[in-house]
Amino acid sequence: MPVKVESFDSLDGAARALSAARSARFLGGGTLLMRAVNDGDQSFDTLVRAVDPASRQVRSEGDGVTIGAGVTMAEVVAHRDLSFLAPVARVVGGPAVRNMATVGGNLFASSPYGDFTAALLALGARLELVGQGGRGIEIDEFLRDRERYVGSIVRTISVPRPRDPGAFRFAKVSRIKPKGIALLTIAAYLPQSAGRIRGARVAYSSMGPRPLRATAVERALDGQYLDAATIEQAAAVACDGIEPHTDGLASAWYRREVAAVHLKRLLTGERR
Amino acid sequence: MIEFRKDYFADERDDDLNEIGKPTQRQDALGHVTGRSPYFDDHLFDGLLHIRCVRSPHHHARVRRVDISEAERMPGVVRIVLGKDVPHNLNTLLSLLDFGLDDEPLISDKKVSYKGEPVAAVIAESERQARDAVAKVRVDWEELPAVLDVEDAIKPGAPVVNEVYPGNRFVYHGKYDHQKLRFGDVEAAFAKADRVIEGRYQMSPIEQAPTETCGAIAAPETNDRYVVYTSTQALFFSLDTTSKLLKVPSNRLHFIGGTVGGGFGGKVDSLHEPMAVLGTMLTGRPCKYTFDRAEEMQVGAPRGAERWYLKDGVMNDGRIVARKFIGYFDSGAYTRLSSYAIIKGVGHLPGPYTIPNVYADVYCVFTNRTPATAMRGFGITGVDFAIESHMDKIAHELGIDPIEFRIINAYRDGDMKAHRRLAKNTALIECCHVAAEKAGWSLSPAARQASSLRDGGGARAEIPHTVTDEHGRVEGYTAGSYAQKKRPGGSRPQGTSGPAGPVAAQRDSIAVTPSASSPSFDAPPRPAPQPAASSPPRPAAVSQPERPAEQRRVTRFSSISGLRRR
Amino acid sequence: MARKPLQFHLNGSEKAVFVEDGQNLLDVLRRGVGDLTPKYGCGQGACGTCTVLIDGEPHLSCLTLAETVEGRQITTTAGLAQGADLHPLQKAFMDNFAAQCGYCTPGMLLAAKALLDRNPNPSREDVVEAISGNICRCTGYEPIIDAILEAAKSRGFRQFG
Repeated sequence: MPVKVESFDSLDGAARALSAARSARFLGGGTLLMRAVNDGDQSFDTLVRAVDPASRQVRSEGDGVTIGAGVTMAEVVAHRDLSFLAPVARVVGGPAVRNMATVGGNLFASSPYGDFTAALLALGARLELVGQGGRGIEIDEFLRDRERYVGSIVRTISVPRPRDPGAFRFAKVSRIKPKGIALLTIAAYLPQSAGRIRGARVAYSSMGPRPLRATAVERALDGQYLDAATIEQAAAVACDGIEPHTDGLASAWYRREVAAVHLKRLLTGERR
Repeated sequence: MIEFRKDYFADERDDDLNEIGKPTQRQDALGHVTGRSPYFDDHLFDGLLHIRCVRSPHHHARVRRVDISEAERMPGVVRIVLGKDVPHNLNTLLSLLDFGLDDEPLISDKKVSYKGEPVAAVIAESERQARDAVAKVRVDWEELPAVLDVEDAIKPGAPVVNEVYPGNRFVYHGKYDHQKLRFGDVEAAFAKADRVIEGRYQMSPIEQAPTETCGAIAAPETNDRYVVYTSTQALFFSLDTTSKLLKVPSNRLHFIGGTVGGGFGGKVDSLHEPMAVLGTMLTGRPCKYTFDRAEEMQVGAPRGAERWYLKDGVMNDGRIVARKFIGYFDSGAYTRLSSYAIIKGVGHLPGPYTIPNVYADVYCVFTNRTPATAMRGFGITGVDFAIESHMDKIAHELGIDPIEFRIINAYRDGDMKAHRRLAKNTALIECCHVAAEKAGWSLSPAARQASSLRDGGGARAEIPHTVTDEHGRVEGYTAGSYAQKKRPGGSRPQGTSGPAGPVAAQRDSIAVTPSASSPSFDAPPRPAPQPAASSPPRPAAVSQPERPAEQRRVTRFSSISGLRRR
Repeated sequence: MARKPLQFHLNGSEKAVFVEDGQNLLDVLRRGVGDLTPKYGCGQGACGTCTVLIDGEPHLSCLTLAETVEGRQITTTAGLAQGADLHPLQKAFMDNFAAQCGYCTPGMLLAAKALLDRNPNPSREDVVEAISGNICRCTGYEPIIDAILEAAKSRGFRQFG
């Protein structure tokens, strides 16, 4: 069945069409879905798209920034209110991919993609879905059951801005220089109070089918000084409760072996 | 940055080259930078049809039934092609050189032996329609046990991958299930060696991954011919293969190639041209058959995996007195070019070193992996990795500098190589000198003074007494020609187009002729462990030592057909 | 299959074609309007061979739904030279032997043009980043980087734009 394309000038119109169609997908920047179209993916027959300027806005409000789901990685890199996320967006693909790939699309990307989502997860972002009022859901909840939301459209992503920019760390690990697909990605938000870590959030991507939290690592860090002993303890539990997968880039064994090494480097601030 | 070291071997040539050493613009550069170089897909045809294959999701399976009834009714479908539609649906690439038996269908109809093997081809008005129809072809598979490792594949009771070679091994010279190299007597030399050092090395398959995927477009031409635009790296190979598979005289095929978007060896397998021409024959319309990227990676033939076991007998002073290889090439499900890669590889053993006793058994093994093919130096790359890794290991174990260890054992002009040719124009020692210099690696004065022009030949030019054996002998194949299976009445198999018998009688084996010199399995005189600096320099042009008359009759390897008369 | 009218500017000329639903821009450029300079390499966004400029910014034409370029300016390698005069990047690619099989060259040229249009004095790192989404399998990255740096230095570049 050839693919049908339906275009709307608002996200709400697109959301209605999406829920009415049986096998439709919402087209963002195209880097995931057009690839599936090119591959002859038989699991959907309709692409729904919206030309809604609102979906490409970035608003700074209070302690956070609200990013339209249609904002591209290139726009994240360039936006002055998103400087804390610029290093993350900059390592997504080459310039052409960054001109196309969107923040909203990244939320749906399966391993080995989805590096940006790991950062959003570590920072504790909230998502607003079209047609669900202003309630919004935690990114944790969204990722836990992501398939359920394939028929939904994300309108915005709200990200708390780290008070101390140094508290947010991010590392994409690739075998290819200067850049390639990640064999794993680590994002960590480690706010400190009186020298001790309070409310650590550590997230991986490409360590499972979707980005996930490293809760054992968070427990090892919480309430501690970020010193050598703490880092050793965190690295020791780097893969506790995590079941990495094997794919063409790395085996589960390899991911398990190197995750602790890269976590340690991230926590010690070692640049490689 | 290219640096010419004209100080080496200066008296062997006149330094009067006009082009070499100076940049010359490529003749195709203007086309490349303007985007006008004509790759196969840059030819537009009205009414072009698109071919896509139905592929096996299994490594090994019997094809019980291919149901195309629903697919045929899909929009845009013009024709669905099955194995029975291919006029001569069995081929091996090197049959054009009379090397090996036909073992691979263009479209399989009985069994698939690797993941991605085609069982049907859909021809449709658009690529998308072809893909949609492919999804509607129902294949009733009976999954079979698969074997994915070369050593598992040759164990008794292993699943038979390739029915033409039921032992899962290519048959060499109609006689043996492996390619042999026998030079001297390694076992006797091991017994006398100070140390025997073993190693196991392997190399995974490597995908050539050209940026342009493999493909071809065929179209009807006037004069009842077919024009074919193709990405092939081997135009006449592809033409002849198409002629054979489709039973079309080659003068009805007009192939146009030459502009290839990267090949690296991966564009010689001639899978696309016959399919595109067949599509055109069946529909009367231009047809394009091309891999997408996923197919290029999964189905496109890679450089095959290799596994090597090395066993060296060495003296404490650094001389290697014996080297034994057991090698396995993973050919994947069909022969393609691996059989030839081994001929080439065995001719290369034991590497660029003069070792008086060399033994090799090298197997071309069929497994349920993607068939392997050519890639940059194939047949040599994997075993060179094994040899040089092993050289480092031995140097380390003997406590000898690894570069000096190579210089000690390097072949020199006039030495007899294991495949019974005299070494000439050798330059390993000088390469070692330059490599050490560039790396800031200090060498002993003796190593620095060693030369490829000195200390070779003489006793080192002799062929040692060689122990032969009938190990790995197989029956049922006609000796005297390459793996040509015995057939009732001795007739040639139908449809093969290689040259017929006259040369075959000479293609007997790598038969080893003992040299006229006295049998010996001792190491011939060697340069001193640290090559003697005081040896008189030999003239630059090394005179070839007199060879025994009978030696001239020995058939020898050539780089193309495996053997040639010297 | 629905066919939709599409108008856009290709290398300064207006184009009007019908596109099929789901058709990507690469296919429309090559088969629809006959500009064969962008190449298919992967259909997945991994190789950069199909790179074109949309309103001056690099995009992957194989992943661009054709109908999304309505009214926009597309630049391909066919639009680089002015008559018989090569673009400085094209000349620098020739002079530096930056093309071997030539298949990645159109995409590389456009990725480089997007960089130099924005940043006329790039560092080597800037150049590496700019072509980081473009694969050259003949291992010609060093000459490509040299060529782009040389083009940036050439006097002709600014006149060409």
